[in-house]
Amino acid sequence: MAIKDLPVEEYILQGSAACPGCPATMALRMVFKAFGKNMVMVVPACCTAVIESLYPNTSFNIPVMNIAFEAAAAGASGVEAALRVQGKKDTTVVAWAGDGGTYDIGIQALSGALERGTNFIYICYNNQIYSNTGIQRSGATPYAAWTTTTVGGKTEFRKEMGDIVRAHHIPYSAQTCISYPDDFYRKLKKAQSIKGPKYIEIMAPCPPGWRFSMEKTVEMGRMAVETGAWTLYECENDVMTFNGKSKLILEKKIQRKPMEDWIKYQGRFGHLFKPTKDTKRIQALEDHIDLIWERYRECYL
Amino acid sequence: MKKYDVVTTISYPKIGAMGKTGSWRVFKPIFDKAKCVKCLRCWIFCPEASIKREKDDTISIDYEYCKGCGICANECKVKAITMEREGEKK
Repeated sequence: MAIKDLPVEEYILQGSAACPGCPATMALRMVFKAFGKNMVMVVPACCTAVIESLYPNTSFNIPVMNIAFEAAAAGASGVEAALRVQGKKDTTVVAWAGDGGTYDIGIQALSGALERGTNFIYICYNNQIYSNTGIQRSGATPYAAWTTTTVGGKTEFRKEMGDIVRAHHIPYSAQTCISYPDDFYRKLKKAQSIKGPKYIEIMAPCPPGWRFSMEKTVEMGRMAVETGAWTLYECENDVMTFNGKSKLILEKKIQRKPMEDWIKYQGRFGHLFKPTKDTKRIQALEDHIDLIWERYRECYL
Repeated sequence: MKKYDVVTTISYPKIGAMGKTGSWRVFKPIFDKAKCVKCLRCWIFCPEASIKREKDDTISIDYEYCKGCGICANECKVKAITMEREGEKK
């Protein structure tokens, strides 16, 4: 799928409340392009609830239901059941939540919906922080990253939601990144064609949250994949396939770039470089990524 | 636009729900048609959908709503889009 073949229709109307350079709007455009108008989106508290803009206007030209933070997947289950009763079988139900609403607060509703086999697509856009409320740490925040609640840098490593979701053995789960629209679009289309619960997670580098300049959003996403900090894969019926650069890194055809190349552009890791370089913590980050890749190689190579 | 007669809060779609967001801009993208190779990277990566794609894959920029993030200029491989400070003339 080349960029030229992507649909022209836009369902995000201009003049939304998103920050300039927002990865979530970028991802939302792709989602709407893939699913078209025949969809219902369930949005919990997250940046997207703000991007929708203020009552009585909205910048989304599709049906959206706003719901409490922990209830995205539960709400989507209800919407799906209602549509099923009405015989509207071709409508795509999408739950769209941030990493806070997926990793931490929404995990029980998500796990429940996956276990019940609800026919919906859960999309988590992962910017590794609670950005809507002003940059607090979440379960997805990487080690040593600054947030307003981890001032000296986070002391724990991030958890891997992909592994937790795969433990439910659902028909389709995938990880993708806003910087690879072709990969992203293909995964969305594939998820739509499969019946049952689907999970897609998107790496979404947040300029104000990660403290980098706003024109670098796409570049940061690309660097996350090239350094191995983020993995592009899809898992269909428990068969793992790695995509793009991640496949080459897994097979050791290319060497992943050092983490330093990625984190030096981000102000949230600034305390690792100034006033003196904290090689110990940078090495710890590096070792953690190596450990993740070793795990992948052990299980899926 | 169909309005629904229900007792709940429903927002209706509107272009410019937060006003003309073009006024947020500090740097303005300038498009040079001669250099463009029609790869459409700027179009797909624009978070605001402010880069309009025509039928023949040429692009135009909607300055009314462009927030001036500069992703288009950063992602353009042939440097057909450059950022210029608002109000400055070359």
